[in-house]
Amino acid sequence: MERPEREVSSADLPSIIELSPDEARRSSSESVTATGVTRNADKLLEVRGLKTQFFTADGVIQAVDDVSFDVGYGETLGLVGESGCGKSVTALSIARLVPDPPGKIVAGQIMFDGIDLLKLSNEAMRKLRGKEIGFIFQDPLTSLNPTLTIGYQIGEAIREHMGLSSKAARDRVVELLAKVGIPRPADRLKDYPHQFSGGMRQRVMIAIALSCDPKLILADEPTTALDVTIQAQILELIQKLSHEFGTAVLLITHDLGIAAGMCDRVNVMYAGRIVETGSVDTMFENPRMPYAWGLLDSLPRIDDIRGAKLRTIEGLPPLLIAPPDACRFGPRCRYVRDICREDEPELTARPGEGHLARCWATEPGGWIS
Amino acid sequence: MATTTTVIDRRLPKPKQSAGLWSDAFGRLRKNRLALFGLVLVILFLIAGAFGPILAPWDYKVQDLQAIFANGNRPIKPLSPGHLLGTDSLGRDLLSRLLDGARISVTVAFVVQIVILSIGVPIGAVAGWFGGRLDNILMRFTDVIYAFPDLLFIILLSVAFRETAFGQALDGLFLVFVAIGLTSWVTVARLVRGQLMALKETEFVEAARAIGVSDARIVVRHLLPNGLSPIIVAITLGIPSAILAESTLAFIGVGVQPPRASWGSLIADGEKYVRGDPHLVLFPAIFIALALIGFTFLGDGLRDALDPKLKGKQ
Repeated sequence: MERPEREVSSADLPSIIELSPDEARRSSSESVTATGVTRNADKLLEVRGLKTQFFTADGVIQAVDDVSFDVGYGETLGLVGESGCGKSVTALSIARLVPDPPGKIVAGQIMFDGIDLLKLSNEAMRKLRGKEIGFIFQDPLTSLNPTLTIGYQIGEAIREHMGLSSKAARDRVVELLAKVGIPRPADRLKDYPHQFSGGMRQRVMIAIALSCDPKLILADEPTTALDVTIQAQILELIQKLSHEFGTAVLLITHDLGIAAGMCDRVNVMYAGRIVETGSVDTMFENPRMPYAWGLLDSLPRIDDIRGAKLRTIEGLPPLLIAPPDACRFGPRCRYVRDICREDEPELTARPGEGHLARCWATEPGGWIS
Repeated sequence: MATTTTVIDRRLPKPKQSAGLWSDAFGRLRKNRLALFGLVLVILFLIAGAFGPILAPWDYKVQDLQAIFANGNRPIKPLSPGHLLGTDSLGRDLLSRLLDGARISVTVAFVVQIVILSIGVPIGAVAGWFGGRLDNILMRFTDVIYAFPDLLFIILLSVAFRETAFGQALDGLFLVFVAIGLTSWVTVARLVRGQLMALKETEFVEAARAIGVSDARIVVRHLLPNGLSPIIVAITLGIPSAILAESTLAFIGVGVQPPRASWGSLIADGEKYVRGDPHLVLFPAIFIALALIGFTFLGDGLRDALDPKLKGKQ
């Protein structure tokens, strides 16, 4: 898949001179902690020190532990990692949809377009959901209500948030269905989800997510439930429409191939933490974290010898109850040394713009160069 | 990609509309003979209830005194000229009284279900949706009502309010509706609660939340329609018990006031003559039985039709 050419036009970026002292300070400090230097002057989403925990009978699960990242306007950010690494919980936390109980966002700040989401009332947050933040779920087969028509379900957010007349809302639904590539959209409004195939339903989900022209779409494994050919179509569609609407996308996936094709930047998550972040190019050319190597290495290649075993990362991610102060990937890491078991590394800079990694071995002076 | 398909599409005929839940269910219902028989009985019952006084040969309270005197002050037997099902000891036409009683039974059947729905659905929905402590409180309350002796409660209520306007409304029937409704909403409440508890975990609820749909709207538009089939079945099967409860009450003299008579009070009136004129007991009893059978068969059929997976498992 071709990586998208996504240049931000100069009009989108305030020049450095126009920055107020505050903004300048902020962006200069950000150049140390994060990411995507090309557009850090204006962030749509800033997540700072997010901690989401689940209070279960067995103990407190630290599903998301001190996660910070940014998403720029119109940017596509990948969130990559195995199952159970906290990717989905991160997305749910941003939308404040973490099931409570048992889940709770215990610390952090989520600034969305200048609004602190964690300080909003439930009602204000509800009004933001669907309007400013769209959500695409993993499984389109179960995410649509079987007893309501497609037209009703796409129109729901529009009626809820945009205050259009029913005629105007209907027109918008037809337009959205056409945009996501459903043939004869006007005829299909009265159809029910069971009359659509899996790929079509995911198109409908995308139409729902885009229905109020949101600034951000949280796409949680949008293609995992679909077969490979449909997968490519859906990804292409998300990419095309996010361009067209200027929507930022937080794309959650365990598939690095998808991340490489779709994203401007990638965060690799492991055991509730971000372990490496950088632009797609640096991340794939020069990953600086053994976990990222493992993920890259476990992708099957077209030039693999037939019948060769698929490569895996040995072991499982750790349980996130009371994680020790040590590198969380240590137990599965081939390059582990004593320091990895005694002290957890910080996210520190690596060669390449906005490239950070959390690894003792690849730090300057580490044992892997 | 899909953009290429639009051109071809114009030439394609619109595919045959696939059947929805209701037409599917009706198709299955049609194949079920017992359910169809039940449906016919229910329709007859409804016609009798709706047009009874028009169909009736006599007014239900008019006494055919001449015929009674000619018969030596005894109830007239069935199949007599002018009185197909005979008369009672006062010369009132039994068929006409039964048809008027049908009207009472139909009203009971539906008004009680409305009372049940309007208490049971909100309580069940709130308990199921919010869960936790609120659920606990509401369900313990439901348990109390469930354990309460219904008949005793209804009799107490009737006696206590007999002389008030509330007790006199609709010839004393209003009190009966409310009393039966107040004691029989628990099944529906539990049903709705169970449905909601299962449905609120589904992903389409999360998806609806993610586009900012309010809780109330999720419950009313997304969840209740999904849990509708078992509620419909419960309501259909609840109708015969309501009819039976009303008849029982009427038999012991609670409820509708003379000269109106429900099927239960007709049996009570005829009881004294059961040796010489058993038709006075027999016909009301047959009417009650047919109505109960009709609704029960229809309800069973609906259950199979609306939830085909269940069939054969019970």
